[in-house]
Amino acid sequence: MGMTLTEKILARHAGLDRVEPGQIINAKVDLVLANELSAAVAIGVMRNIKGADRVFDNEKIALVEDHFVPAKDAQSAKLAKLMKDFAGEQNIKHFFDVGRGGIEHVVLPEEGLVAPGELIVGGDSHTCTYGAFGAFATGMGSTDIAAAFVLGEVWLRVPPSIKIVYNGTPGEMVFAKDIMLKTVGTLGIDGATYRAIEYHGTTVDDLSITGRITMANMAIEAGAKNGIFHADEKTIAYVKERTNRDFLVERADADAMYERIVEIDVASLEPQVACPHTPDNVHPISEVTNETIPVDQVFIGSCTNGYIEDLRIVAKILDGKRISPNLRVIVNPGSQKVWMQAAQEGILTILASAGCVVNTPGCGACFGGHMGTLGDGERCISTTNRNYVGRMGSPKAEVYLGSPATCAASALTGVITDPRTLAAVGV
Amino acid sequence: MRGNAHKYGKNVDTDVIIPGKYCNIIDAAELGKHALEGLDAEYTSRMKTGDIIVADTNFGCGSSREVAPIAIKGSGTSAVIAKSFARIFYRNALNIGLPIFEAPEAVDGIESGDEIEIDPPSGTIRNLTKGTSYKSAAFPPFMQSLIEAGGLQPYVEKRLAERAKV
Ligand code: SF4
Repeated sequence: MGMTLTEKILARHAGLDRVEPGQIINAKVDLVLANELSAAVAIGVMRNIKGADRVFDNEKIALVEDHFVPAKDAQSAKLAKLMKDFAGEQNIKHFFDVGRGGIEHVVLPEEGLVAPGELIVGGDSHTCTYGAFGAFATGMGSTDIAAAFVLGEVWLRVPPSIKIVYNGTPGEMVFAKDIMLKTVGTLGIDGATYRAIEYHGTTVDDLSITGRITMANMAIEAGAKNGIFHADEKTIAYVKERTNRDFLVERADADAMYERIVEIDVASLEPQVACPHTPDNVHPISEVTNETIPVDQVFIGSCTNGYIEDLRIVAKILDGKRISPNLRVIVNPGSQKVWMQAAQEGILTILASAGCVVNTPGCGACFGGHMGTLGDGERCISTTNRNYVGRMGSPKAEVYLGSPATCAASALTGVITDPRTLAAVGV
Repeated sequence: MRGNAHKYGKNVDTDVIIPGKYCNIIDAAELGKHALEGLDAEYTSRMKTGDIIVADTNFGCGSSREVAPIAIKGSGTSAVIAKSFARIFYRNALNIGLPIFEAPEAVDGIESGDEIEIDPPSGTIRNLTKGTSYKSAAFPPFMQSLIEAGGLQPYVEKRLAERAKV
């Protein structure tokens, strides 16, 4: 019996010929990631481990300041400094301070720190993003990250895999975000708990790298341990532009065992929206817009949709127009590089002229940290990945999730709007 | 361990266990003051030290924030019993020493306010109010050995010592 893509990568990193779902292995890691929140706790744990003075490899750790940056208060500044001092002390090569990085999951691929076949663990649940590149990547808590800092290995339970096959060409204004919202809605928020999602089908073969990033990013929203794509020429070209490191492209065997196979027909799919208060409360937009749903805030950004491709879609819709007067629109480019590219292409000017505020790169409003926190009774439509109660601030606020196009269309009208109807509503 | 049950539904996520705005706090007692704030703002004022959280499926879904189980522990809650746990929360709870028990039948047989007694080694959960008794799912052997060793930290120390010998 063959192995899935996840099983192959895990077996190789555990030094085994094969692994089976359920088996517990010790696997070597190629990269360990932390942000200032998870690092602060992990560093504390590491200081308590007897005999652990140094990290296992100062070139295989990435530390990114993104959650509360630029520091929102003295307590946040303390955490950022703690991580920065640690990076200095341990001579960590990949440390990204404000102005040189952005959101961790946007930065790592940009910097060539992620390649096919690698095993990456991170102190952030959206570490699963790197599955877009054919890597095994999963999020963990700070104690696990401290152990990985020190040992360069982690214990893992080999997950069973769910194969999802996407076929059909997406229709007008249907993007990777819509396809993934549909997937989370289909599986449910615990539908893939302890499992790997393996993405297949002609639709995803045709997707851009950014589209695959958006989809791998939200594997955790179905509870998955990891979500993984097969690397192809597009992946290899992207990675080779950014690193000289050797990597191994692996493929699932033809006779690999999947726990389940799910088929999703993309051709018939409308833009999708996740309604409050769970990311699996997903509906086709025509159902949602049956009612008029006014919003107070639109947020464009995050590790799901804070990429240049996303900002181009938003700018195209907002170009030469003004956002609805009763609304604020907050845009956080995902990284310094995305910000610069958007500046060069004139996107930032288009957005600002339309009435949006463009923030510094970082997580910003995504997790209710700062720079766009929602108040009681407010409603937001957002390009982010989660809409749990209190996710973006007040537990009495409501968050809807949609694609950058759906969010941009809603920014023009002030109500949740199907981007396919923009011409018809005359904005 | 013994305490009164506080019962909640399914998919209790990390954003309601400890909202994002508190994630820059490290101190367990301080975090504990905000445990479950997004779900039940009165939890910390109502609960007594030793009380037990009882919940349906997928407890702890969402982010990887280790401050979620730390906040629960910091509040004085002695354990969480749920029908199932989200993956990262499960690891984090074991690693930081928050006792968790997967016991679907116990959850169905417990109401808020019931007095509960748990015997961790055997996984026996007794509902003293109703006079019923349940068994929680056993941990896989590797995780049982982690728990017995006292969490992940001693395990890492052991691995480091083994390496030093070679
Ligand atoms: S952008 Fe949002 S989801 Fe992504 S790492 Fe930051 S807080 Fe987490």
